[in-house]
Amino acid sequence: MVDPAFLTVAIITVVSAIIALEFKEIIYGAIALGISLLGIAAFFVLLDATFVAMFQVAVYVGAIVVLVIFTIMLVRRESWMTLPEGRRKVMGFVIMFIIMFGLGAIFIASGLTEQTVPESTIIFTQIGEQMVTYYAPALIAIALTLTAAVIGALTLAKVEIGGNRNGSNN
Amino acid sequence: MGVIETAVIIDYVIVSAVLLAIGIYGLTVKRNAIRILFSIEIITNAAILNLVAFSRNLPIPNVTGQTLALFSIAIAAAEVAVGLALIMVAYRLHKNIDVKEFRSMKD
Repeated sequence: MVDPAFLTVAIITVVSAIIALEFKEIIYGAIALGISLLGIAAFFVLLDATFVAMFQVAVYVGAIVVLVIFTIMLVRRESWMTLPEGRRKVMGFVIMFIIMFGLGAIFIASGLTEQTVPESTIIFTQIGEQMVTYYAPALIAIALTLTAAVIGALTLAKVEIGGNRNGSNN
Repeated sequence: MGVIETAVIIDYVIVSAVLLAIGIYGLTVKRNAIRILFSIEIITNAAILNLVAFSRNLPIPNVTGQTLALFSIAIAAAEVAVGLALIMVAYRLHKNIDVKEFRSMKD
């Protein structure tokens, strides 16, 4: 029998991921996405990766979900709550089950089931040490990427006051 | 009722596969651009969960997988910022966020 804590977190994560995609009101979908991301953070805690879990909560639940909720408030409209899906839904289910059971069967048939969990020897200060030594170029690249992405996003979303771009009337 | 044992790597990998399948279902079916962004988020998180799970289950666990997971989270944050800005621009141009309506490059 599997760890009940793991089972609870798994059920919460998967169910709220489904709710995030299927709930009619999209703002509740965003909140369900936040719960799902918190579930992933709980997995990180179960995996002895508390620093990554903290980062996940700060970045995903603290920043991304709030950003998504604000965007939904800006572009919200009743009409696209019920976009017809039709035949695509059946196809989507077929693809989902093919991936789910195909990948699941491959993983169960692989040698992963016989693994035992080794003793955790992780010291969290090593993350910081690695980031400023071996991964320092990657860290700089990430910093530049983030800066470029934020500047790009601001430039894209900027409203041109007085400009006559198509549709920018606010 | 067996003995309660801690979750091994296969459990995490299977949860990750289920999340990947849900995300791909969302990408295939949904027409709302924000829901598509949700799906991308779910897929990214499944990948990051895999990184951390495999890093924990190495014969001698080390922090490389966790460092990589931190980088992935940062990249995902940048990607969401740009994605939401694109949705805002598309909404301003089309007054809609239905991806079927975004056809100005086609005609």
